[in-house]
Amino acid sequence: MSNPPVEDFATDFDHTDPRWVADPYPIWDDLRERCPVAHTNRYGGAWLPTRHADVTAIAHDTDHFTSRTVVVGNGRPTEEAPPAPIGVAPPITSDPPFHSHARRLLQPVFAPARVDALEPYVRELCGRLLDPFVGSSSIDASLDFAEHIPVAVISKMLGFPEEDGEIFRGFVHEILEAVDLPQEERFERFAPIEEYFVARIEEHQADPQDDLTTFLLNAEIGGQPLAPEHVFGSMVLLIVAGIDTTWSALGASIWHLAQHPEDLERLIAEPTLLPVAIEEFLRAYAPVTMARLVIEDLDFEGCPMRKDDWVLLSFPAANRDPEVFEDADKVIIDRAVNRHAAFGLGIHRCLGSNLARMELRVALEEWLARFGSFTLSNPEAVEWSQGQVRGPRVLPITLG
Amino acid sequence: MRVVIDSEKCQGHGRCFALAPELFESDDLGQGLVIGDGQVAPGQAQAAHLAEQNCPEYAISLVE
Repeated sequence: MSNPPVEDFATDFDHTDPRWVADPYPIWDDLRERCPVAHTNRYGGAWLPTRHADVTAIAHDTDHFTSRTVVVGNGRPTEEAPPAPIGVAPPITSDPPFHSHARRLLQPVFAPARVDALEPYVRELCGRLLDPFVGSSSIDASLDFAEHIPVAVISKMLGFPEEDGEIFRGFVHEILEAVDLPQEERFERFAPIEEYFVARIEEHQADPQDDLTTFLLNAEIGGQPLAPEHVFGSMVLLIVAGIDTTWSALGASIWHLAQHPEDLERLIAEPTLLPVAIEEFLRAYAPVTMARLVIEDLDFEGCPMRKDDWVLLSFPAANRDPEVFEDADKVIIDRAVNRHAAFGLGIHRCLGSNLARMELRVALEEWLARFGSFTLSNPEAVEWSQGQVRGPRVLPITLG
Repeated sequence: MRVVIDSEKCQGHGRCFALAPELFESDDLGQGLVIGDGQVAPGQAQAAHLAEQNCPEYAISLVE
């Protein structure tokens, strides 16, 4: 099932439109010029700022924009949906002041020192995925490589079996990509997800482990254990937010290098440039768009925003704003000044950004160590995800 | 010249301690911290400018 085609993205935008899914950048560049805060009546009413300044202002304004629901879907958030300040997946769906408590709890887990300790595991995992393809003529960089890495790492952190990755990837599709399904159908599809997590929680209650699941079960805020829905919600968040995001960023980086032999040759000749190049891939191909809901009617830059309107908070569009980035539409792998917003701005800055950066660096190092020359097998065969996380889901690569 | 972090603006993006590890470090939560008094040694000026220019939250400043 898909939505009707868009007439004009300024007044009728839809992030599931096939043109947006295939190549959103010209759409955003056009909107930034002629209608910097676009609107649509779809999804019950939504706004789309494309200028860096407007995205920043809304990301910072938690008084007027709530994070209660961060994925735009059909229908408004229902009465049954957990309200602010906790929300369904804390802390991403939490507002101040509760947000800082829920976030602070998880911050040490994703601080640089803890992330560095996972690097040997990620390197070993990448080797295990790539070694069978050494000497082969082709690989799917998404299906055979990128999609397996973040899911294995977050499973390891939560203490779930590594082989359950396949189940999680199904979850991610249900939650993030199937946004054009009717609300009831999305809720129905969510049931097995809930069952899976409840089973893992019960296992950990019976037999505590040194992992993130047991950590959440033992965690307290203000001397009180977390509510069961808080533990459940944070686990869902870690799985969902930790999986298709990094998978998308890694896939997009390989997609770029497959088409730009000059960048590929330079990175192989100058390996120390890789962290700088990764920041540029994150800027140019930022995978994640968040959403906010308008708390009360307000005028924003002349736009009459109404209570419960969505705002599609496009960090990827902000990252292409020529007001902030010189040659914003060019991918410059040694771009030294790069204040990109790929991990969001304000209090909801991606909790896992240190982990994502480490995974990207190690995965690309291991890829480049094995494959010095590669191209897209067939540009037409590349499939991009639909929804608020953008990345290649099918990415056939010819090696050598 | 010294580097300064506005801790109200810092959201822990981690660009400063990645680009200028002799001037900045991470606290236990991943938030940026200035090492010592933040004085920039002559050989660190470029790193200090890079940290300032890459902070997504405009939280870093260089003061005389």
